[in-house]
Amino acid sequence: MDKELRIVGFLCNWCSYGGADTAGVGRFVQPTDLRIIRMPCSGRIDPLFVLKTLIGGADGVLVSGCHPRDCHYAEGNYYARRRLEVLKRFLPVIGIDPGRFEYTWVSASEGQRWQHVVTTFTNQIHALGPVQRIGRQSLATACSLGTVLEPLA
Amino acid sequence: MKIGVFVCHCGSNIAGTVDVVQVAEAAKSMPEVAFAQDTMYACSEPGQQGIIDAIKEKGLDGAVVASCTPRMHGSTFMRTVARAGLNPYMFEMANIREHVSWIGKDKVANTRKAIDLVRMAVAKLAQNRPLYSQSFSINKRVMIIGGGVAGIQAALDCADGGLEVVLVEKTTTIGGKMAKLDKTFPTVDCSSCILGPRMVDVAQHPNITLHASAEVDEVFGYVGNYQVEVRKKATYVNWKTCTGCGACMEKCPSKKSRDPFNELIGTTTAINIPFPQAIPKRASIDRDSCIKFKTGKCGICAKVCPTKAIDYDQQDEMITEEVGAIIAATGFDLMDWHVYGQYGAGRYPDVITSLQYERMLSASGPTGGHIKRPSDKKEPKTIVFIQCVGSRDKSVGRPYCTGFCCMYTAKQAILTKDHIPDSESYVFYMDIRAPGKMYDEFTRRAMEEYGAKYVRGRVSMVYPQDGKMIVRGVDTLAGAQVEVEADLVVLAVGAEGAAGSAQLAEKLRISYDSYGFFMEGHPKLKPVETNTAGVYLAGCAQGPKDIPSSVAQGSAAAAKVLSLFSKDQLQSDPQVSKVDLKRCVGCMKCALTCPFGAIKETEVRGEIKAQVIETICQGCGICTSTCRQGAIQLQNFTDNQILAEVNALLSSETEEA
Repeated sequence: MDKELRIVGFLCNWCSYGGADTAGVGRFVQPTDLRIIRMPCSGRIDPLFVLKTLIGGADGVLVSGCHPRDCHYAEGNYYARRRLEVLKRFLPVIGIDPGRFEYTWVSASEGQRWQHVVTTFTNQIHALGPVQRIGRQSLATACSLGTVLEPLA
Repeated sequence: MKIGVFVCHCGSNIAGTVDVVQVAEAAKSMPEVAFAQDTMYACSEPGQQGIIDAIKEKGLDGAVVASCTPRMHGSTFMRTVARAGLNPYMFEMANIREHVSWIGKDKVANTRKAIDLVRMAVAKLAQNRPLYSQSFSINKRVMIIGGGVAGIQAALDCADGGLEVVLVEKTTTIGGKMAKLDKTFPTVDCSSCILGPRMVDVAQHPNITLHASAEVDEVFGYVGNYQVEVRKKATYVNWKTCTGCGACMEKCPSKKSRDPFNELIGTTTAINIPFPQAIPKRASIDRDSCIKFKTGKCGICAKVCPTKAIDYDQQDEMITEEVGAIIAATGFDLMDWHVYGQYGAGRYPDVITSLQYERMLSASGPTGGHIKRPSDKKEPKTIVFIQCVGSRDKSVGRPYCTGFCCMYTAKQAILTKDHIPDSESYVFYMDIRAPGKMYDEFTRRAMEEYGAKYVRGRVSMVYPQDGKMIVRGVDTLAGAQVEVEADLVVLAVGAEGAAGSAQLAEKLRISYDSYGFFMEGHPKLKPVETNTAGVYLAGCAQGPKDIPSSVAQGSAAAAKVLSLFSKDQLQSDPQVSKVDLKRCVGCMKCALTCPFGAIKETEVRGEIKAQVIETICQGCGICTSTCRQGAIQLQNFTDNQILAEVNALLSSETEEA
């Protein structure tokens, strides 16, 4: 694989983080690009985290939680699903390739599935290539809602 | 802030594919890191002492340990930090084993990744605050879901330990699968003779409340304070007045009703008591078979009942039980083997399951303990047992070994010879797995003493011909095709999680695998705990196991509950949400989204504000990502901390470039 890219994973502690652990215990080899941030619940993930991570220069963001209906906190992943789906549709509006962001569900027992998810997503990001770096100033302008709304008005 | 970083070798587990010395070296240049070193085994006694010494000598304010997953040793190191005099929450972990060294072989990339993870942990820890637990009282009652042998054992152990026990069983009697067995391996002792007295003990124990024909509907609350809604399903018989005399069964005209207890090979009456030793010994009506329910005309049971217990209008009843802990012992079901077209997929009456055969062997079964083939009720002389039907078979999505089929097949081969001395048994098997005490000796007895013919190989096809079942397979030891003309074929069907176990797991908020088995906290060190505090596992609900293991786990779960209840107060996890009153505008969206009802409205100087009830808050942080003001923040998982991790990672890349 070519040069490592910056991929950030926000993972729920109970299912996906455990699934990643299970994959590790099972020695399921994965690409090394992903850096995992442990979250208590996928419902804790503010969509702004994803945006700020992407705007800050990450090449991809992966979110993973418990399968819907199987949440440690009963319903956190339902909130997550709604917020993240809206976010995914919103990304093109601010000029971010929605392929740079995925959300998925992996349970703590699914080590093999986690290996598959990481490998697939990493390959997807590599196919998109490194994100285009732009200066801080123009970035702020591009991301301000005003720029997006102006042509509409 | 002075942070210490400790990078663990974990022997060669980490050091093999991560340059730990370089990681520690890199950590020294990170902001607020005052001390960094590598250590052979951070979790060992000298490893922990090294951390304590460094904290004391260097006057550190917090520690980052880069080693394994926090799910494994997070609490170990929190205690270490506390022993050094720091607040245990001034600690973070970087997972460089499960998430780095074990999944990548490239040492350079791994080392870079490990440095990043340490950098992120340091950035997060820099904003950690000391947190303090609160204590809350616990309700010392325990609910056990499932009245099989594991649930019975757990109930009796808890009850003998002085706890109030609520046992919930979905069928009309406890006993589970074991009650259906004729004899048990490897002692060939009578199953109901050893289980029966224990069932009676449950019924008579003053500390046990038994809800049979009941299911868990909803679960609220948290460890120490669960509220469980139990649905007592209508049996159409008032169990308070029913005496179990059986007069209704004698007179019921619907005598050919389906009989789930006898695995549908026998019939029963529409109103019935599943078996003579049932606990509670109470009748119930099978709605689908009852003439009264189907046509409106009958009502004979109501006429003959001496205590007027029949109530056709009975409705499901909801009751709420308050308990402090829950043991899930829901057991297993046989896999639906009808996907096996090569074995007839249920088309041939003389191909039956192991459990059906077990009922046939049982003296209290539908044939009175006589082996009769279902098609013509004749005594079979040649019986073929096929192993691994729904075990170790990826093609039907059951790749795991059920583990007890080899043993029960050997037992059934032995019992067959006892029942029909001039019979011949063939067992088609893949491998014999008999790793218990006296187990291997037992399977050898089946072969050597009882002459069961073991054929190593798979059966490719079973089909009827001239009143016989032709079993065609391969003998891989002889390297030849074999064909057996059988009178009866018995399939050793593998186990999967009991029907409805996935739904129950969701209610209990525990994990389950794709086969319906519940996930334990740790496969080796937490075999009866789940990751949800106060919920424990026993028996086949966790994975297939035989009777001794189920009983052992039932006792183990009871021991866990007793140790949990040995305290009057529990300490809450202080990683809870906290409201910044200056920012809160009282919109109460947080309270709406909180799954636990842990946020209430309060008034501060005439303004509505949110308030977190710390002992109820479970620390999920859904409120935090809901709050537009950022006023409610999950402690040690604040917005700033998570973004600090992101920034630490992204800024490191800029340095490289």
